[in-house]
Amino acid sequence: MNKSSSSSSSSNSKSKFISENVFKFQNHEEFEETPTWAAVVTVLGYAILSALGWLRDFLRHIGFEEKKTAYDPNPKDFVPLYQSYECFYTRNLYTRIRDVFNQPIASVAGAEVHVMERLSDDYNWTFKFSGKKIPSINLGSYNYLGFAENQGPCSEEAIKSIEKYGLTTCSTRHELGTQQYMKELESLMAEYLNVEDCIAFGMGFATNALNIPTLAGKGDLILSDKLNHVSLILGARLSGATIRTFDHNDVKDLELQLHDAIIHGQPRTCRPWKKILIIVEGVYSMEGSLCRLPEIIAIKKKYKAYLYVDEAHSIGAIGPRGRGVVDYWKVDPNDIDIHMGTFTKSFGSAGGYIAGKKTLIDHIRIYSHSACYSSSMSAPVVLQIISALNIIMGRDGTNNGQKRIQQLACNVRYFRRQLFDMGFIVYGNDNSPVVPVMIYMPAKIAAVNREMLKRGCAVVTVGFPATHLTESRVRFCLSAGHTKEMLDHALRAMDEVGHLVSLRYSKQNPHLRWHDLNRADYDKEYLSLN
Amino acid sequence: MGSSMTRGDIENLATDFYGLLESFKHAPLYHISFEIFLVLAVIWLVVFRKPRPIEKKLTEKEKQDLIDEWQPEPLVPSVDPNHPALNVRVLDGIVGKTVEIDGKKSLNFATFNFLNFVGNQRIADKAIQAVQKYGVGSCGPRGFYGTIDIHLELEERLARFFQCEEGIIYSYGFSTIASIIPAYSKRNDILFVDEGVHYAIQKGVEASRSHVKWFRHNDINDLERLLAEQEVLDKKIPKKARSIRRFLIIEGLYVNYGDICPLPRMVELKYKYKYRIFMDESVSFGTIGQAGRGVTEYYSIDRQKIDLISSTLEYAAGSIGGFAVGSSFVVDHQRLSAQGYCFSASLPPLLAAAAIEALNIMEEDNTLLFETIMEKSKRLHKKLLSIKGYIISGDEISPLKHIRLTHAFNTIGRLEEIVQFAQTRDITITVARYLNDEHLLPEPSIRLILNVEMTDEELEFLCAVLQEALVKVTT
Repeated sequence: MNKSSSSSSSSNSKSKFISENVFKFQNHEEFEETPTWAAVVTVLGYAILSALGWLRDFLRHIGFEEKKTAYDPNPKDFVPLYQSYECFYTRNLYTRIRDVFNQPIASVAGAEVHVMERLSDDYNWTFKFSGKKIPSINLGSYNYLGFAENQGPCSEEAIKSIEKYGLTTCSTRHELGTQQYMKELESLMAEYLNVEDCIAFGMGFATNALNIPTLAGKGDLILSDKLNHVSLILGARLSGATIRTFDHNDVKDLELQLHDAIIHGQPRTCRPWKKILIIVEGVYSMEGSLCRLPEIIAIKKKYKAYLYVDEAHSIGAIGPRGRGVVDYWKVDPNDIDIHMGTFTKSFGSAGGYIAGKKTLIDHIRIYSHSACYSSSMSAPVVLQIISALNIIMGRDGTNNGQKRIQQLACNVRYFRRQLFDMGFIVYGNDNSPVVPVMIYMPAKIAAVNREMLKRGCAVVTVGFPATHLTESRVRFCLSAGHTKEMLDHALRAMDEVGHLVSLRYSKQNPHLRWHDLNRADYDKEYLSLN
Repeated sequence: MGSSMTRGDIENLATDFYGLLESFKHAPLYHISFEIFLVLAVIWLVVFRKPRPIEKKLTEKEKQDLIDEWQPEPLVPSVDPNHPALNVRVLDGIVGKTVEIDGKKSLNFATFNFLNFVGNQRIADKAIQAVQKYGVGSCGPRGFYGTIDIHLELEERLARFFQCEEGIIYSYGFSTIASIIPAYSKRNDILFVDEGVHYAIQKGVEASRSHVKWFRHNDINDLERLLAEQEVLDKKIPKKARSIRRFLIIEGLYVNYGDICPLPRMVELKYKYKYRIFMDESVSFGTIGQAGRGVTEYYSIDRQKIDLISSTLEYAAGSIGGFAVGSSFVVDHQRLSAQGYCFSASLPPLLAAAAIEALNIMEEDNTLLFETIMEKSKRLHKKLLSIKGYIISGDEISPLKHIRLTHAFNTIGRLEEIVQFAQTRDITITVARYLNDEHLLPEPSIRLILNVEMTDEELEFLCAVLQEALVKVTT
């Protein structure tokens, strides 16, 4: 059964925001079902790999094969640090294709990147750098609005700030770590999101993990989407609240769980819950799906729950004005109790923020683990965000920001449509800059990555355990910095690799080669949107 | 009916009973088994089966009423607008040896700027070069094109500095140790943790879900007692004990107390009771030891005996981030299991470049810088001890000291008054801030931090101001 949802947006009039016209298209999201034969072959593949792994482990145990893992310097009667089965996956599956992960780069992570070539003569146990740098189109880094630049107004501001402020204050926000630029960033971000107040932190992961415990505790209920990011899960766990998950983006399941939770109260004691917090993400980075915000807000209002939206991948990248899913769905920002996001993806910097009502932010300022114990943010990092924000909001006097947002929307549309039409299974929302294309088989994870790199495209391929066992995928992250030529090059490469490795699994779209597509159609649409 | 039974009745009963037994003897086996089964079933029903609770079947209206009546608590409780965290000092310039507050320059004894690398021109130049080459952000986690050559260089340099096999860097100081502990220690493992460890370690311990045994701060006898108790327990479950991992979590120099851990004895106990040592050297990196390598160098202990040393780049190194060094066997595991490493964007390259330059400076100077800071710490300690009315907490060579008023007097209010008074005399100090849910909340104190560039006169001035403040507060 196909999972897909679509609804058309209501605006018909020409908007003053050029990119809003792009969003006249339907909000369509699709997850074509895994073909049965592909699932069977994938599981078979893992079974063969596991069997081989056991054989190799046995050979290593009897000494026939050399043990390549490092040795524990402690005496033998210490309890082993790792259980043998814990590392089975690492030793026997991961190491085979280790060269496609953690690939180092030697340039700015912009639209084009220099990947450092690594060579191994012992099947990926150790690597040596050949010294060669492979120029490639960067389809792996999170650079949605193209702010990862080493030149331009943002980096100039960052450089100036290093001279003026140094790199760190060596102090926490509660002590001597609050600089004027932090206040500027926070008020600018609050304005950007159209909320009362905002607080910024130095790490996006820590923003979730260290602040959710201040919002929920024992006696509270957290309803978390099944595919939420690890930082949200860690934060929820550390809070001590009861955690229940609902099926990914399944609003009916969420409502059912809320309904039952309020009626039955806390487990065992049946006391009423103190409060209920729903945690969702704006864009899910492995699926490319957008959360169904209007429906979730309706439910949260009906049942008096609180809503936490993590816009790590959607802030800046989604919405006609780049203000995230709130902008995309045109909901009232005050309906969302806690806005959270990161500065790493769309602003080319580092860090995270939480925004909302002033009472909420004051509470976080006092009780956040990060505000009390971590060094405050570094000046160049903050100034990069401030100048990126000024560009996006048009405060620099140009329409550079709006152009970037629009370029990204164009690129997303162009790229996704062609991949669909070629017969690949592409997951996610039509407007999401995260484009996962399914691969399924474990061996293809490495094959796709290596072949794309040979053709000058740096891509990210992921498999188990980051995804479901049978759902390995290659995930493209598009950027406003990608030109039409780069996208064409990437599509040509994907077309060849798809043919070489047989990636065209779609049952509902015909399997076409790139030269079979009607180029004029796509070009016309691209130029009309630009 | 009679109150007593006649002999005939008894005889009849006996005959009947005998007849019953005879019939049993002659009955087929299946019949007897069935009857025994029925008897047992009755016994079970009566004795063992719990009465099923009557299921509450609510009507739709009742359910709707429950939903309508339920009122959640407010998302956050009301806050006190006078809380110090909402009224912090806002600065606008370099926070180095001196800091400008409200237009006036003052000597800074409040920030963790031990080696005065904040504002260092060489480090700033290298950071600027890094921005011109790599931009600001790294735009991805380590696994997905977020590994930049400068990260690999920094890891290698850190490993070389500490003379260990491998190093690993994190993008946030707090998350370093908080991610490391749960990567190794799981639900069934045991952690022996000093009560005085800082908050990030406490969070790491909490996230690991292991059994935690807290021992009194720096009390080696208490630790031995716990270890001996555990040994006794182990003897009762020898098979299971062979799969329970044990770790000792300590700090080299405690942030909350300023004292150094008794490492030599802890290493001895390690081989006796077979646990692994994870030591956090956030404060002692770059401040203790002849070449700044921390407590292991101070005690001349072979660093291979410590399984993992974690630290931060946010104090002495004047950058942002954290790192861990140790043997490849231990460190490499984090690359796939430490959440703060795998699922977070990597350190911005300019901060890595700054850390590399800081290491360069530390290695060039080799011993002078560290001799100086240890010497000045000793001198400051002596000067502080000479002020009557303060209790000084911390080792004499520690560049971080906690000062408190005598017991009955020691309140946050009075300490804040001292801080405010010192600010009027152009000395910036701070009350140490904690959250209330610390495992062992330290007594209120002023945390004094020595910057290596402070001159003797400046240290004298600090002590004079502290003396004056004391007079003001106690009258």
